[in-house]
Amino acid sequence: MPWLTIALLILPIAGGLAGVVAPAFGWLPALGGNALGLSHWQALFNAPGLMTMIRLSLVTGLASALAALIIVMLFIGAFLHSRWFERVRRLLSPLLAVPHAAAAIGLAFLLAPSGLASRLVSPWLSGWQYPPDYLFPGDDMGLALILGLVIKEVPFLLLMSLAALPQCQAQERLALARSLGYAPLAAFFKAVLPGLYPLIRLPIYAVIAFASANVDVALILGPSTPPTLAVAVVRWLHDPDLAMRFMASAAALTQLGVTLAALGLWWLGESLVRRLSRGRLIDGRRQLAEGSLAILGGALTGLTILLLLASLIGLMLWSLAAYWPFPQVWPRPLTALNWWRALPGAWHALLDSALIAFAATFASLMLVVGCLEVETQRRIPMRPWAQVVLYLPLLVPPVAFLFGLVQLQVQLGIDTALPAVIFGHLLFVLPYVFLSLAESYRRLDPRWEQMAASLGRGPAAIFWRVRLPMLTVPIMIAGAVGMAVSVGQYLPTLLLGAGRVTTLTLEAVSLASGSDRRIAAVYALLQLLLPALGFALALGLPRLLLRRRRGLLTH
Amino acid sequence: MPRLFRFETLDRFKTMTGFKRLALILAMIPLGAQAMELDDWETIEGEARGQTVYWNAWGGDTRTNAYITWAAKRLAEEQDIELVHVKLNDTASAVSRVLAEKSAGNDAEGSIDLIWINGENFAAMKENALLFGPFTQALPNFALTNPEAHPEIREDFTVPVEGLEAPWGKAQLTFYYDSARVNEPPRNMLELLSWTKAHRGRFTYPLIPDFTGSSFLKQALLALAEDTGPLYQPVEDADFAAVTAPLWDYLDALHPDLWRRGRHFPASGPELRRLMGDGELSLAFTFNPSAPAAAVANFELPLSTRSYVLEGGTLGNVHFLAIPFNAGHKAGALVTANFLLSPEAQARKQDLQVWGDPSVLDMTTLDSAQREAFRDDHENPAALDPQALATTLAEPHPSWMERLEQAWQARYGNR
Repeated sequence: MPWLTIALLILPIAGGLAGVVAPAFGWLPALGGNALGLSHWQALFNAPGLMTMIRLSLVTGLASALAALIIVMLFIGAFLHSRWFERVRRLLSPLLAVPHAAAAIGLAFLLAPSGLASRLVSPWLSGWQYPPDYLFPGDDMGLALILGLVIKEVPFLLLMSLAALPQCQAQERLALARSLGYAPLAAFFKAVLPGLYPLIRLPIYAVIAFASANVDVALILGPSTPPTLAVAVVRWLHDPDLAMRFMASAAALTQLGVTLAALGLWWLGESLVRRLSRGRLIDGRRQLAEGSLAILGGALTGLTILLLLASLIGLMLWSLAAYWPFPQVWPRPLTALNWWRALPGAWHALLDSALIAFAATFASLMLVVGCLEVETQRRIPMRPWAQVVLYLPLLVPPVAFLFGLVQLQVQLGIDTALPAVIFGHLLFVLPYVFLSLAESYRRLDPRWEQMAASLGRGPAAIFWRVRLPMLTVPIMIAGAVGMAVSVGQYLPTLLLGAGRVTTLTLEAVSLASGSDRRIAAVYALLQLLLPALGFALALGLPRLLLRRRRGLLTH
Repeated sequence: MPRLFRFETLDRFKTMTGFKRLALILAMIPLGAQAMELDDWETIEGEARGQTVYWNAWGGDTRTNAYITWAAKRLAEEQDIELVHVKLNDTASAVSRVLAEKSAGNDAEGSIDLIWINGENFAAMKENALLFGPFTQALPNFALTNPEAHPEIREDFTVPVEGLEAPWGKAQLTFYYDSARVNEPPRNMLELLSWTKAHRGRFTYPLIPDFTGSSFLKQALLALAEDTGPLYQPVEDADFAAVTAPLWDYLDALHPDLWRRGRHFPASGPELRRLMGDGELSLAFTFNPSAPAAAVANFELPLSTRSYVLEGGTLGNVHFLAIPFNAGHKAGALVTANFLLSPEAQARKQDLQVWGDPSVLDMTTLDSAQREAFRDDHENPAALDPQALATTLAEPHPSWMERLEQAWQARYGNR
């Protein structure tokens, strides 16, 4: 099982990368490229704004991950035991299901000069009869882009942290620290965080890699002159001048380097923080600016939720609007016309999205659980290189290998678009499922298994009767994460399906390049439907399945 | 499965008259087996029956999409063809797909049967031998376009079409404004500059290399260049710096007063339209003359929208349908292209209530009943007077677009 999984991941990515490496050095006979050389790299380095693009990708990737991590840690630290915690957790989990493109479209409308926020204060407070002309979103610093990434990453990191908290005995550690007189935040940062961080390190790395290389959010919220490197790669790849494909290939490899550099910088930062904080952990201080940090954590979390919710409300209003000019706050009249116009065409896309998401997620869960079970039974931890392979699709920017993958697909004569798309989604779903599940699986107390074995149960029975029930909640959540990841996929669907497979995301992004925000809003909201359903099931089904074993739910 | 040679064809060949035989042999010389399929329309129709045609066409406009859905329904009824609209957000991705297939040696069973295309994408496909044809003469309805009388359908951005793509519709750079906010819109490029100075932040153009944005550059260059002659030759033959100097001076003066001070640009023509709808802009332009009127009907633009064409005319061109060299369902693609050229399909496309894309048919080739279908009785103040389309400026050679885009990126792409 582990070998199958590794082969499934490594072959297409290696093949896809080969399909990019060759043209980057001048080799693509179909385009008349049959001399190896560095001329395309020279062209890339002479491209205007390349350094700005690289800086933007690095800064947005690192800053958004850092901001999201700080918000999540402050929030957990300050509110873990308050009545707010469960409420926010319930609010945030479904928000994780909001696809990136939908969140970005919503946020752009919220904060743009003609957006909902400025309409709320116009003209009575601001005096604006017409939208003002300020540069947001799309600002040079990439602040809008960072904001858009943060509101998507906070729910993800929070969910990952929540899954990891029980595994690092957070409750016990916290209780002990509190009994020694540490205030809540101090107890969390000094006693829990050092155990928690290693468990959420890989999700954080995935977040950094995604943020530094994503295309759809950067297209909608990022600056355009110049854009981030990943956006530039897609632009060059789509340039009608086919010779630009060579330079685009070189740029795709550069993107790979930029993402790796972002990860490396973060890793250095980790060591630095570890070194600097070593003394602080044991200095005995029982307080850490408790009041102000708690307020900050609460305010930032509240702001994140508010922005995401307001973005969604904006999308809903647009989907019900006729002509809706500035500075009207509320569309008049409200009409269901947009939904009626969109639904007949959306039905097929909805079914296809559901089918693909379910197939890719189900296959991923089988493979991941299989890998983890083999690992647990043999008691051989996964080798580091195998670990890297699993995360390869998250670390290698999709733009870097998908074009090559299409070549591979055609070469192998795979004409069946739907299986190819499902496979393409699997590449991205599997790592996220693994990421969501691995730590919970590995940290499951081995004494349960030993106890079952001592009662005479074999490995199969231990798996079915002990491990699987105890891991129901993490498995369901991993499945929901997988569904959300699949529904949000754009590039693999477009390229591997040759456009023959139409998903909601494909429709939404293609409509987002059009002028009709109303129909685009309908599709963005429809995009939400499937992941929301997935999370509802993930949170609701275990309650039903495990109603006789309530202990497993809180565990 | 495309059949390269069939025995029925051989049988038919034996029963042909001498003249037809000769014509067929002549047709076969440059093209080999391809010409066989093109010779006899009835056979093509027979072969097309039951085929599924994958049509790669930009899918960013709901009205266009609805029109294509209608065409699919009619084709299913009449020709038993299943037409599948593969919605692109950039036609170049279809070009790269055909390219990937070619490099992989897939020469007969490509996944794209028909592409909505023109300009640079066509030039790139033609240059890399990615197109099937020439095929337009084989389409019975092609004669209705009267190609002899209309040079614009024989050339796509000055690149000779040579039968490799069938015309489908027309476009012209059309300006539109909100008459509630603008009394006197600028009538030429110089007035546009002073208008923008007076209305800071209310005008912009799409980010280069978006098609509409690049068209704005060409329009400005045509208006500002001292001699437009070199623009119709490959750019290599001209002194690029000297010819384009007035354009860069103009843009340097224009940019500080554009929307967001020219530091950020909308991604596309449709986004420009959305900014008009949001009220952020007061003046914009499009490549589809009827788009503003259609957008008003679709609640995207205010009722006070009006459209016009600059003095001396604006850039105009024709958009086309092409078949990739390796299309898996060529017969179906041919029948589809022919249907889209029929008076029925063209009249419906031109209808403002449906799409509003001007027809490529020559009205003099139609009978009076067919012509009747093209009449438009709807009054729409946002619509452009049909007379305004009479003066069009021809598209420069496509090599200019590329150089202009590069030069623009170098100057303004890194702020």
